[in-house]
Amino acid sequence: MTDQHVIVVENLVAQFGNDLILDGVSFYVSKGEILGILGGSGCGKTTLMRHMVGLNLPISGRVLIENIEVSNNDNIDQRKAMRRIGILFQSSALFGSMTLSENVALAILEYTDLPSHMVYHLARIKLCMVGLKGYENHLPSEISGGMKKRAALARALALNPAILFLDEPTAGLDPITAAGIDDLILYINRTTGTTMVIITHELDSILTVTQRIIMLDKHAKGIIAEGNPVDLKKNCTNPTVRNFFNRNAR
Amino acid sequence: MPSADSAENYQVKLTAKERNQLLIRLKGRVDVTTAASILKELLPRLDQTDTTSIIVDLSKIIDFDDYGALVLLQIKAKATASKIKFKLQHTNAQIEQILNLVHFEEHQNCALTPVKKQSNIFMRLGDATIKQAFTIRYMISFLGSAMICFGNILIKPRTLRFNDTIVQMQKTGVDALPIVALISFLMGFIMAFVSSLQLRQFGASIYVASIVALAMVSELGPIMTAIIVAGRSGSAYAAEIGTMRISDEIDALFAMGFSPTLFLAIPRILAAMIVMPVLVLCSDLFAILGGLLISVSMLDLSINTYFNQTLNSLDLIEFTWGGSKSIVFAAVIAWVGCLRGFQVRGGAAQVGNAATSAVVSSIFLIILIDSIFAVIRSYW
Repeated sequence: MTDQHVIVVENLVAQFGNDLILDGVSFYVSKGEILGILGGSGCGKTTLMRHMVGLNLPISGRVLIENIEVSNNDNIDQRKAMRRIGILFQSSALFGSMTLSENVALAILEYTDLPSHMVYHLARIKLCMVGLKGYENHLPSEISGGMKKRAALARALALNPAILFLDEPTAGLDPITAAGIDDLILYINRTTGTTMVIITHELDSILTVTQRIIMLDKHAKGIIAEGNPVDLKKNCTNPTVRNFFNRNAR
Repeated sequence: MPSADSAENYQVKLTAKERNQLLIRLKGRVDVTTAASILKELLPRLDQTDTTSIIVDLSKIIDFDDYGALVLLQIKAKATASKIKFKLQHTNAQIEQILNLVHFEEHQNCALTPVKKQSNIFMRLGDATIKQAFTIRYMISFLGSAMICFGNILIKPRTLRFNDTIVQMQKTGVDALPIVALISFLMGFIMAFVSSLQLRQFGASIYVASIVALAMVSELGPIMTAIIVAGRSGSAYAAEIGTMRISDEIDALFAMGFSPTLFLAIPRILAAMIVMPVLVLCSDLFAILGGLLISVSMLDLSINTYFNQTLNSLDLIEFTWGGSKSIVFAAVIAWVGCLRGFQVRGGAAQVGNAATSAVVSSIFLIILIDSIFAVIRSYW
């Protein structure tokens, strides 16, 4: 592990219910990198992300974020590490009773000393960044699925986190909206240097956005391939990886 | 990310220049860690300055993000409000990118706070009236739908979801029995205790048994049980169906050709109507036992005397009356609970509102219907 490794996962063993999902997974994420986590349905991508952000605790192994262990609830620095990350959940998870600007402003009001009118201005800026100008006072129930993803991204960016976790940011969106979100992710990464971990199934997103990927497999209960997505697509001999990139059913 | 924003991380310098210009030099970090402090220091100083133009020099900035852009926007807003010229100087590539990302040039009005839709009293009155009209229409429509479903069940009993009805009977009836029994026992206990204080003075302690029996069987038993069921099961019906509504499960039922009323509401309404009279009977029994405890321990009445007096006070009509009321109460509680659930739109907060509304509406209707029953009985 070096100072450049902002996330380190060591020998992670994770269960979902009584099923063993991940068995001895280890990898790292470098500062400023966009890492993709790939794999078929049910291979444990979301479980892995939940363990990486400390929402679930592993059976064994550990996860370090900027050298702070988040896989241990007894660690008093865990909350400090949690404030360094932003999460975009698969279901957006916006607070339904709050407007979009209130959703974004919530964490800023809590963790900064800015006066409230400036916080709401900043929330407006964040929403503008993700292309939701004019929707500040809309409720989540009044906007489309793609807009919810964008609003959730704005909320995840509220405190300018050093590390951003994105769980299927483009799933279920039309190709144009999905491409817009991919461009936005890249732009934010380039302008702010935010480290990103993206879970996705979308081949286009994988190839355009991620710099490195790890591929999980249900049967191996761990990583079966790791590297640059373009190289893996061309050169990987593992049949599961080849089938994934070639969209083969078998 | 906000952290200790020591003054060493940034520097703000204001210099008055020729032709009444003000030069603001921002140095160091102008980002999430320092923005609040910079604004706190800078804005009061800007208010005291008399100038015709503001130039912000960004050449010494080492870290800049959208919080930094907020600082610039606040200065720009001050300048615009005072009709002062505003200009940025020495922006580097990183700053340019951030300013583009936040659409810096488009943000003219900075002091935007969340605007709730404002409307005058007539508009609100009109909105409320229209909303109530729609609610009444929905209530009638749902009542009609439930009646049609009951009619269909009478013609084709197999259309009733029998297993669901049994499950709902357990949830609404069996699971509610302990709390109904406890509260009724305490009600009987309190009623006997309070009435005994007065009746004992006249040597009429025996009538404690009559008071407890009559009050509970004809009035308090059905009402107390109905209020408990409204709080326990009415709210649960609204929350369950409301959650199904916001997660599109009801639309899925409809799309699969099921009637959501038949599938979800009828088992609940029927289950409530079946178990409620039984709960009321249990409530009456436990209240009488509560009264018995006081009578035996404080008034020196024997168990036999107490029960004989209780039976002498009660007619079959009292039980029938209480039972009939409880069936109507049950139908209303379940109908309102399901109705509020079906009316949910939006998110989780609306589910909570629906559950609250189900309880409040049910209790109001219970009291109203009980009053109607009382009037009918007075003319019986």
